[in-house]
Amino acid sequence: MFDIVIVGGGGAALVAAIEAATLGKSVLVLSKHYPTQSQTSMAQGGINAALYPPDSCDSHIQDTLKAGVGLAKEAIVQEVCRAAPKAIEWLDSIGMPFSRKGEAIAQRRLGGATYPRACYAQDYTGLKLLHTLYDNAVKLGVALRSRTFLLNIIEEDGVCKGVSVLDMARGKVEQILAKAVILATGGYAKMYGALSTNGFGSFGEGVAAAMRAGAKLSDLEFVQFHPTALKKSSILISEAARGAGARLIDQEGQEIGGELWTRDRLSRAIFEAMEEGREIFLDMRHLGKEFIEKNLPQERKLALLYEGVDPLKEPVPIRPVAHYTMGGIDVDENMQSSIQGLYAVGECTNAKLHGANRLGGNSLLELVVLGKKAAQSAAQMEQAPQQKLFERTKIDTNFIKAVFALPNQIDFWERQEFLSKIMYHNCGIVREEMRLKGVLSVVRQHQKELAFMGVRDKSPLMNKELINFLEYGNMVELAEAVLVGAIQRTESRGAHFRADYPQRDDKKFLAHTMIWKENGVLCADFKPV
Amino acid sequence: MKIKIKRFHPHFEPPSIDMEYEVDNAPTLLDALLQIKRQKDRTLTFDYMCRSGVCGSCAVRVEGKEVLACQHIPKDGEYIEPLSVVDVIRDLSVRLEDALVTLGSSKAYPLDMQKVAMNEEDERLIERQSDCILCSGCLSSCPVYESNEAFLGPFALSRVWRYVADKREQAKKEHIDAVVQNGIWDCTLCGNCTQVCPQGIDPKNDIVMLQSKAVQFGYQNPNLGGFGSFGLEF
Repeated sequence: MFDIVIVGGGGAALVAAIEAATLGKSVLVLSKHYPTQSQTSMAQGGINAALYPPDSCDSHIQDTLKAGVGLAKEAIVQEVCRAAPKAIEWLDSIGMPFSRKGEAIAQRRLGGATYPRACYAQDYTGLKLLHTLYDNAVKLGVALRSRTFLLNIIEEDGVCKGVSVLDMARGKVEQILAKAVILATGGYAKMYGALSTNGFGSFGEGVAAAMRAGAKLSDLEFVQFHPTALKKSSILISEAARGAGARLIDQEGQEIGGELWTRDRLSRAIFEAMEEGREIFLDMRHLGKEFIEKNLPQERKLALLYEGVDPLKEPVPIRPVAHYTMGGIDVDENMQSSIQGLYAVGECTNAKLHGANRLGGNSLLELVVLGKKAAQSAAQMEQAPQQKLFERTKIDTNFIKAVFALPNQIDFWERQEFLSKIMYHNCGIVREEMRLKGVLSVVRQHQKELAFMGVRDKSPLMNKELINFLEYGNMVELAEAVLVGAIQRTESRGAHFRADYPQRDDKKFLAHTMIWKENGVLCADFKPV
Repeated sequence: MKIKIKRFHPHFEPPSIDMEYEVDNAPTLLDALLQIKRQKDRTLTFDYMCRSGVCGSCAVRVEGKEVLACQHIPKDGEYIEPLSVVDVIRDLSVRLEDALVTLGSSKAYPLDMQKVAMNEEDERLIERQSDCILCSGCLSSCPVYESNEAFLGPFALSRVWRYVADKREQAKKEHIDAVVQNGIWDCTLCGNCTQVCPQGIDPKNDIVMLQSKAVQFGYQNPNLGGFGSFGLEF
């Protein structure tokens, strides 16, 4: 039996694994893709740390709190921002190839930041961070098991005993027990389907599994939309482009937004302009060939491939799409969920670092600082669970068998595409009560229809359609929770904008939206900050 | 447009067949595969994640050449196969565990990093190698790995060079010690890896660099010692 089982293969999971192994704990990392194939690889912009004056940790703290609009918790923001310079030093010491300016680690300015504060590695910050962590995990001999899909948390009397998983290559359900479990399964922004920058992985199975096990979730309605994604493919154009002076214009050449507006404000301006029928472009022609080739090579390649547009010669058509989920599994200051022994870190949590709106460059920072903390907390758990076949595992084994026997009268993929689309248009950048309620009734209908869906591929072996179906199931379950949060929060704050309640209301809503399930029924409440 | 895909399922008889599919309007091969899966054949199995060329999960062979499905523009009549030399689980989905083992056995990780000043030029020495996305395309193209699975292979060796070339790394000899067996001297420098790398990395050159570093540490290229019985020194 392992001391700690970590679910997820991205940056948060690997930091936690490295820290746990360094503490002398036996650790197993379970991931549905290979570890370097995770969402972290797609982060481009950078990782924030106040390294050089005039920037300071205080300024980083102030910027983060301001963007969080009252929902970022000062204690955690203080802790993470103050730990940031040390986190950069640690990454540098384990081989992270940060870009340099002279002999100093280079930094660039992202939206909402008072100073250039994001350390980067060209436009491959996440990729290089992830691979540096992976190399170090390999060095430490961390056990990595890929192609293992999380089904459920095994919980008894409020204590986490392990997880039940599907071994994808064999199609078998297994239980994996541990003294502590850390979920680092990523966010759920792929709920918005083709209208999301995320890869085909961020369906939130960790968040959904935690909810099914009775854990509390919070602030799910806060979904960040990134203002600049390629129009056809939703592939992200990093904020670094705007930071370097790229301009947003409409088809008439009229400029939209201001320099380095926060993501929520700019996304709304673009969304509203597009609703009026205008087309929006990102113009970076004036940045010049040398600059673009040095700093934005990925973006140029992808714009050419997917849009057939060369950013050197023409403005690039863009639109705002779902990018990051601030809400997630509610955790305390030790990264523990409301279930004892179940920890969570990274985008799957709400550690209350980002509050109502995340600043670019703060999520990579979060996974380094809080990834270590999650491992340190989980390392305290000493009680080994009883070796037995848990009821949860039996249920899940039967469930997977049953999925193969479902009648397939409704195509889940069509339903999923439809749901993603109406989520984007009604529970996206601009929201309004009647439309949210409309989507909620569709989601509840989808939940009832799941029994009439199913998979056409009947092979147990590496059945990707089965995985797609399970991801859709999680998405339908989580969408309900996101919608309930969005309906109940009758105010506008950060990324959550209600057209029918455009004002911020601190009297009622300086509070976290708490969501949980009791006997299968969704419950919601507000908890004052 | 039609594309042909090599299908594989170990429980079927025969386990492997070629199937042809009609696709339209697919900017990339990954779009084409997704279109087939959604609209025509739910059993078609392949791996993908980021769709933007950074996660490394969708490498396949097109007309015998390794590409990332998400970066390849499909053409009529093309033949799609899984990566070679690695075990195929099903259709285009392969097992990468054995390939990734080479990273551990070649010590392709930092050994002794010290805090030393690095400038832009020092950073540039490792910039390209650290762009690697571990798609395993280079390994699939490698004729040496095909005949000797103990060979450490291009992506692991490039990554070792990335650490040897890193100014912060002090244990350079230990890195070289780890790649002289089944490593740098076994490479034939055919350059297939360099040709297929979607990130423009040049493992062949990195292996040559490792060879010259090895010579500096007193190692000799065993392939040049063939005339030893003549008592001649070259």
